[in-house]
Amino acid sequence: MALTQNEVLAGIREIVEEVAGVDPATIEMGKSFTDDLDVDSLSMVEVVVAAEERFGIKIPDDEVTKMATVGDAVNFIVSAAS
Amino acid sequence: MSVGAYRPRRSVLNSEIVEAIDSSDEWIKERSGIHSRRIAGEDESVVSMSVAAAKSALERAGISAEQLGAVICATITYPFQTPSAATDIALQLGAPKVPAFDISAACAGFCYGVGIASDLVRAGTAEYVLLVGVEKLSDFTDPTDRGTAFIFADGAGAVIIGPSDTPGIGPMIWGSDATAREAIMMEPSWVDLRDPDSIGWPDIKMQGQTVFRWAVYQMAPVALEALAAAGITADQLDAFIPHQANERIIDAMAKAMHLPESVAIARDIRTSGNTSAASIPLAMDALYQEGAIKSGDTALLIGFGAGLVYAAQVVQLP
Repeated sequence: MALTQNEVLAGIREIVEEVAGVDPATIEMGKSFTDDLDVDSLSMVEVVVAAEERFGIKIPDDEVTKMATVGDAVNFIVSAAS
Repeated sequence: MSVGAYRPRRSVLNSEIVEAIDSSDEWIKERSGIHSRRIAGEDESVVSMSVAAAKSALERAGISAEQLGAVICATITYPFQTPSAATDIALQLGAPKVPAFDISAACAGFCYGVGIASDLVRAGTAEYVLLVGVEKLSDFTDPTDRGTAFIFADGAGAVIIGPSDTPGIGPMIWGSDATAREAIMMEPSWVDLRDPDSIGWPDIKMQGQTVFRWAVYQMAPVALEALAAAGITADQLDAFIPHQANERIIDAMAKAMHLPESVAIARDIRTSGNTSAASIPLAMDALYQEGAIKSGDTALLIGFGAGLVYAAQVVQLP
């Protein structure tokens, strides 16, 4: 099932809020997980696992290290789910 | 039957190690929960720490070293390829004729040992078994490695496992994921050290995110399997004593397992760091000291680490 960018972003907002307690309104495509949202490398693992379950995809470890911004994660998930 | 512990004299605060890894006290606490760790001095060796912990366990069990049917040492930091640490521990305890051997299962070593000792006793091969979990990880940690320098530490824990009318050790759920051998690894090998251009002293390297993911999401189901194998549910547990790898792993595992609030959770990592094979008996000892557990309580143990390897079992606390 194809997902839109907005659907994935909405899901990521909920996940990041749940995992790291970040205000969802501040979670935008251009924001850096570590620098802007204070999501550290271990929280990032929790975000990734939650995203895999929610969107029914697999995110390999080497892709996780490339996901600097929310947009990187959203775009990867959109293409992986298509 | 009993537990004994030895913690190195020197406690090292985060503030003392942050410069070498360009970090901060807050950064370390956030990522690991560690406030301080014990680091062994030159006179505190793998064997001397083991002997101290073992003597304490023997005394509490009310048995002498001559009564032991086996000495098992779980460690990855005994700095001799052979003979084993266990034989030296037996010798130092005054029991040089007792069967003795080491097991190499890293942070799962203690739980592997509990399973092996339990089977030896049940089969009648040995009446009393001394199991020591010990590490001097500071000898094999690069103080400038941001991924490990603040985590690894030193110490020893020992237990005596002996016969009982009612079985006190539940079935061991154990296994490996050898496809992830490189996730935690000592490099270079001893043989590589012969090369004058060797990349240096063997240190333990770790892929933190990979290990975190495996530990939290693969180990919580293993822990639940150990509960089921023992025929109990989480609300019948008094304590959860996982390997003290990282407080974030402990928190995430407890959450994934939906442990009720009534279960005491070991968090010895805060002041002891990650002591690999020693962490579970040390954490058990700390819970006794805090009054959080008592003899006869039901506890879930789980060890997991380099290999990757894991083992879990439910025990009645000594």
